[in-house]
Parts: sequence; C-alpha cells; structure tokens
Amino acid sequence: MTSVIDVFDVSKNYGSQHVLENISLNVKRNEIYGLLGPSGAGKTTLVKMIAGIETPTNGRIKVLDTDMPNLHNMTRIGFMAQSDALYVELSGKENLEFFASIYGLKGQKQKERIEHAASLVNLTDYLKRPVHQYSGGMKRRLSLAAALLHEPEILILDEPTVGIDPVLRQSIWNELYKLSDAGTTILVTTHVMDEAEKCGQLGMLRDGRLIASGSPQQLKESTASATIEDAFLYYGGVRNEN
Amino acid sequence: MRTRALVKRIIRQFIRDKRTLAMMFLAPLLILTLVNLVFSGNDYDPEIAVISSQEQMASQLEKADKSFTIYENKTLAAEDLENEKLDAILEINPPTTKITLEGSNPTANKAVMMTVEKTLKSLTPKNNQQTSMETEVTYLHGSADMESFDYIGPFLIGFFIFFFVFLIAGVSFLRERTTGTLERLLATPMRRWEMVAGYVLGFGIFTIIQSAIIVSFSIYVLDIMMAGSIWFVILITLMLAVTALSLGTLLSAFAKNELQMIQFIPLVVVPQVFFSGLFNIETMADWLQPLSYLMPLTYGGQAIRDVMIQGGGWPEIYDEVLVLAGFSLLFMILNVLALKKHRKL
Repeated sequence: MTSVIDVFDVSKNYGSQHVLENISLNVKRNEIYGLLGPSGAGKTTLVKMIAGIETPTNGRIKVLDTDMPNLHNMTRIGFMAQSDALYVELSGKENLEFFASIYGLKGQKQKERIEHAASLVNLTDYLKRPVHQYSGGMKRRLSLAAALLHEPEILILDEPTVGIDPVLRQSIWNELYKLSDAGTTILVTTHVMDEAEKCGQLGMLRDGRLIASGSPQQLKESTASATIEDAFLYYGGVRNEN
Repeated sequence: MRTRALVKRIIRQFIRDKRTLAMMFLAPLLILTLVNLVFSGNDYDPEIAVISSQEQMASQLEKADKSFTIYENKTLAAEDLENEKLDAILEINPPTTKITLEGSNPTANKAVMMTVEKTLKSLTPKNNQQTSMETEVTYLHGSADMESFDYIGPFLIGFFIFFFVFLIAGVSFLRERTTGTLERLLATPMRRWEMVAGYVLGFGIFTIIQSAIIVSFSIYVLDIMMAGSIWFVILITLMLAVTALSLGTLLSAFAKNELQMIQFIPLVVVPQVFFSGLFNIETMADWLQPLSYLMPLTYGGQAIRDVMIQGGGWPEIYDEVLVLAGFSLLFMILNVLALKKHRKL
C-alpha cells in the first residue's frame, strides 16, 4: 500500500504559541485514518495544513507525492471544515451547485453528482429549502455532500459527525467505509473515543504532540487497555511523567 | 469558470437578502430626497423685469415665459428690485445683455439664470450666431459663490453610492470569513484573484443597477441640474462604486466582525466628505490640502460636477475616471495580497 499523505516533522506556531510540535505521520491509500484528541489538541490546524489552507512553520507535508499547498492537488482533496461553511441564504441545491461549479463540474455531470451526493447524506427531499431552515445535523450532512461532489481521492473531514443522531452517524460511517473500499483515502478528526474504534489507523493528539499511533487494536493491546479511552489516558499519562 | 460560479452565487444571495437590496437602492434615494427638500424647497418662479431697446424681443420674452414683465422705466425696475418685488432685471441692448440679480436667495438666482438662459436659447434660431451674445451678470446683493442642492447634489450622489457600496461589500466579504466559507473556498482550487474578481463582478452588477436608479431619480424626480449626458454620470458613479467595492472588501480583511467593519466608516468614509471638495479645500491649511488627492471621492465628485453642472463630456472626465480605475485596480491587487494571510497560493 502506498502512502498518500506524508507529514514530516511538522511544527506550527502562531506567534509564540506552539500549536503543533514535531508531528510525523503517514496515511496509506484506502485507509481511514482517525486523528483523536480533545479540543485544543491541534487536530484542526493539522488537517488544515494537510488540506493546504495553512502552511507549517517547520517541516513539510506531501499529499499524493506533491508538496502542499498545491492548487492542482486541491482538486483531488475533499475538505469538510469543522464549522458548516454554507451560504444560508441559498438553498441546499444552490450551495451544492456553487461548490460543484468551483470544481469544474457542469451540465449533466453536475446534476448527477449533486443527486448522488445528496442521496448519500439523505438530503434529497430537502434540497430546495433554504439552508437557514436546516437543522444542525442537516447542515453537517450538506457540508459532507459538498466535500464529496468532485469524487476526491482524499477526503479530509474535521469532526464530521458532531450533532448528528446515532442512526445517521452509523449510515455516514457505512458510507465512509464504502468510499474507502472504492479507493478513497479518508482522514477524519474526532474527539469521540468510541468513534475512533471505527478507524483503521489512529493518531492520538494531545497538546500539539502525537502521543501514539497505530490501529485501535494495537493501541489497546500494547497498553493492556479495554478501551481506546484507557489507551489514550495511558499515553497521555506517560507523557506527563516525562 | 470559477469566477462565474462565484458571481452567480452572489447574485442569488443578494436577491434573497431583500433588506440589503433595499438599503443599497432605496436608502440613497430617501436621503437625497431629504437633502433636496432641505436645500431647495419648492420650484421657484422668478420675477424678471425686461428692459430692451428692441420692443419685438421684449414682447417675445414676455410671451415665452410668465416670469418676464416688460418695464419701460429703469428707475422703477431698480426700485422694485430693491424692494424684492423683482428677482432680476434683464437688459437687452444688442450686442450686450445685462442681468442684474437681486442676489440674496441662491435658489432665486439659479432660477433666474436658468429661465433667462432657457428662454433666450429657445428664442434664438439654432443657426444664428447671436447665441454667442455676451451676457454680463451683476449682483445687487450676494455673489455667484453660493451653495445649493444643484451644487452639492452631484457630490452627494457620489458620496452615497460610495458609502453604501463600501459598507455592504465590506460586510459581505467579512461574513465570508466569519462564517468559515472563505476557508472552505480556500480548500478548493479557486485562486485568490478569481475570488476577488468574482466579488467585484458579482457586486458590480448590482452597483450598475444602483447607479442607474440613483442618477435617474436625482435627475428626473429631484430635478437636479443636469447639463451633460446622464450616461457619463452613470459611468462615473459606477467607477466610484467599484472603487468603494474594492476598498470595502480590502478593508474587511482587517476587521474581525461587522462592528469593526462599521468602525471604518469614521476612519475611511467620513474624511472623504471633508477632503473631497464638498467643503472648500483652498481655504484649508496648506499641509492638509494634499490629502484630498488620496480620496477617491475627490475624483468622483469632481467628475460628476463637471458633467452635471458644467456639461462636460469625455475630455473633461477621462482623467478622473482613469484615476478611479487605478484606485480600484490597486485595491483589488492589495486584496489578492491580503488574502495571502489565509493561503499562500
């Protein structure tokens, strides 16, 4: 399996504030990689740098063997931000049309992709409504649909399931598995420990450092923990003792 | 392509936001109407005495406009002028024409001058060289240096367009940042210049409509003096709007929220009122005067006046229009650079 996201020794400072320190990780093709950590750990900053929105202070990031940020690569990445970046005056369909056009999708192809993405997130019946009438969960789903429109090779999702009900969360995860089987690499951040178990690979992030990485199974076994939460506490504790 | 998608989205959003549309299109009309009422009141019907050596000319004038009355006696006319029974005395003794204005009421002065000019023009055949007849104007009181809505109106048209476009464009672009959609756009292959161009074009369409509405309203409803072509006025106001649009989106990069955007008004918009020619710049301190060259409104206001009051055309306004285009381009380039703060590419 080839590596599609490579992060080499990346640090990020905002002024004197160190947000991320010496992060190295890589994500292989088809993998679902979960970044687990409490809020404020630096998850969002890390995925933004991988998506090419931010640039690292030190170190480098390669996506699909190209240094980021790179405009061409951005057409191969789907990004769903933590906040729902939607135009609330417009209808769901108009939002999707806008994002689709930006990725160069037009005509029949655009229509098909919008229908497909909307049906994936169960929004087909609500597309004509203005987004300001949407519930929080519907907005999250519309954001996800917008990230899927251009069939990206890499999908970066920042806290995709916040505020979504368990049934729908399950169906979104099923969809992510399907995309992964079809060849999409998925990088997802979460602060929900049980959700982390659904990922193929995990990186545990705390106070700007990657404290552990591996498959959920490995992480639990090597720390003799019953749950991911225990494993996280174990690694977090080790770091505190140092 | 991507710019077009952005333009289309802006148009759709705008049409949904009725209140902002109303603020852009109707608020300037309301304010202009108020200023017009304050400064000029009702249409003024001047009383003008005609004294002429040519009786035929005098009676023609009397017939052409009810403002004119033939006086045989100059002393009597002078007395009536002093008592404010008359607004002016028109003496026609070819080859000279002499107008004596009572002069204390700017509205009356303007009315007299317009009536005389209009009537003489209508009476003189177009191919007759006599139109170049010299007119000598003297004032019993006051002088030609006066302000009225005709004088400040052209400037106010420019100002209100600048003000409202600056505010609306600035806040819209700011909202793109605060709602996270700017970041979302930066995660797409959209280039920074495409984004700036999209905003200028999308909003530009609405500023065209806005300019056309405000200018037409001022001319046809408020009946502001209009010596030149309406198309030139629309062109200038449009350039001014694009300048305000590019400046507003640029400055929104330095505001964290809507309130901070509004704080730019006293910093950026209000000084333009003082330095752009609404008030007399020549009487200001010498070191202050060059500031007026930095104000886009100086060029816009001057150009609109050139057209509306002096009847100027392209040769009179092209330099001001080019300066405004230069300002717009500069602000747009700076905005492309300012967006670098968010994404390096």
